[in-house]
Amino acid sequence: MIKIENLTKHFPGLDRPAVNKLSLEINEGEVCVLVGPSGCGKTTTMKMINRLHEPDEGEVYLNGKRASEMNQIDLRRGIGYVIQEIGLFPHMTIKENIATVPRELGWDRERINKRVRELLDLMGLDPEIYSDRRPAALSGGQRQRVGVARALAADPPVMLMDEPFAAVDPITRARLQNEFLRILDKMDKTIIFVTHDINEAIKMGDKIAVLREGELVQHSTPEELLDAPANEFVAQLVGRNRSIKRLHLIRVEDIIEEDADKYSVAAESGRKEIKDKLSESKVGALMVTDEQGCLLGRVDEQSLKKEGETAGELVDEIHDQVTADSTLNDSLSVMLESGEGYVPVVDEEKGFFRDIITLQDLLQEVRQG
Amino acid sequence: MEVIGYMIHRSEMVQRLFLEHLWLIVVSVGIAILVGVFLGVLISYFKFLASPVLTICQVLMTVPSIAMLGLLLPFFGIGFQTGVIALILYSLLPIVRNTYSGIAEIDQAIIESARGMGMKDYRILFRVKLPLAFPVIMAGIRTATVMVVGIGAIAAYVGAGGLGELIFNGISRTNPPMIITGAIFVSIIAVAFDLLLGWAERAKTIKY
Repeated sequence: MIKIENLTKHFPGLDRPAVNKLSLEINEGEVCVLVGPSGCGKTTTMKMINRLHEPDEGEVYLNGKRASEMNQIDLRRGIGYVIQEIGLFPHMTIKENIATVPRELGWDRERINKRVRELLDLMGLDPEIYSDRRPAALSGGQRQRVGVARALAADPPVMLMDEPFAAVDPITRARLQNEFLRILDKMDKTIIFVTHDINEAIKMGDKIAVLREGELVQHSTPEELLDAPANEFVAQLVGRNRSIKRLHLIRVEDIIEEDADKYSVAAESGRKEIKDKLSESKVGALMVTDEQGCLLGRVDEQSLKKEGETAGELVDEIHDQVTADSTLNDSLSVMLESGEGYVPVVDEEKGFFRDIITLQDLLQEVRQG
Repeated sequence: MEVIGYMIHRSEMVQRLFLEHLWLIVVSVGIAILVGVFLGVLISYFKFLASPVLTICQVLMTVPSIAMLGLLLPFFGIGFQTGVIALILYSLLPIVRNTYSGIAEIDQAIIESARGMGMKDYRILFRVKLPLAFPVIMAGIRTATVMVVGIGAIAAYVGAGGLGELIFNGISRTNPPMIITGAIFVSIIAVAFDLLLGWAERAKTIKY
């Protein structure tokens, strides 16, 4: 899909090239993460793909066609572009921002409106509320979603993303990453993703290309990177706690057993049922769910000392939960934060309770790896 | 009292000169906006031209108005056109400088994402750069206009008409009510333009 061959770029005034004879092949539908310390040439490499920088030597091929021979404007319109600063147009509404490329392409109004609504829905932003707002009225996470929506507007086969989630807080970042992977699952996009964060690289990438001083050090799957770092530099980048890093690779839904029944009681269940189920529960607590199966809270031995007959009356609030598409690392953070040895898992789309995941489960995964 | 009496007595002439003055300003500033914004945009693309162009504009502004008119006279003769050209030269600096700095101050990430999405340069200029620089450009236009209203009075010296005639004739005839009438109406035009352009600047500025 994308083939980078012998790419070299010198910037005036620097003694070594920013990118030096870099060759890389990215398959269709693959997320390739370029990772490395600042100044390693990852952003420069990315910008040579949509020709914001022209290479001094070498060539980028898109589906076998030389990028340097394509019309620059057409080339860029076929490549979604998201940067860390987002670069939304502050004087335009969200709708106008998302419609940028379709409008450049001359789509009619109806088609543009339909596409904008579709994308806002996809990003979990209600079109009725957000279409006519300006970027300043949005939170950092929402702006980043709009940035991604804008890049997706004309449905480009290729996306370039330069540290797209770096400017938001860690919790929002994890949520955006999960959302993005979920959205990506439904589309067939080839993605070049730039980050300096090895954890993000492991989580997002199908393949990871480690760069150092403009040269490719290792190009492999995240698993290979963790198991067999090519040299000392990669080993250091990956860090010592590789088993913890592995937790970034596994999603909660891959290890849970969908034991919702075992760990939950309906709000209308009485004391007897609660007691019976509690004795079975390996975490000493039960989740209370409403008729849709959504989490209301939890009950344990302590709750039973309170007044009240049904689970709905005895329920204690619960603040922490993870979505099924989170990584094991996300759930570990939540557990460490809440001080509990488990965390309930809910469906990321419908919101119903699916299972609980415990510290034991995580330990087991680490041991197996 | 004498002044009000004079205004009422000569109301027809005052009205004519008032409109002449207004026209002189509108024409001069109108052309200055076209030329100034063009130059400002030009030097934002060709950065090496920025310093010389801005310096020339600055020098032009420091020439005393009487001297400027005197220098233009041999080339353009007596009349409206000489006044207009002088006023254009005076109003260039604020407009060129503000256009240039308004564009330069735009967050580079915005421009980069526009380019990265495949917007053509002229589209980026008209859809992104100029709208974002608008408040700054407008402030420059406002400064230029208010300044030129005052200098416009001196343009009567080369036969450009306007309220300057009242002032010059008032001086030569030692007629204070005439001078004061001229001065009052010049101020009224200046304040009116300031308010009007200030309002336009705010109305079109989006808070972000």
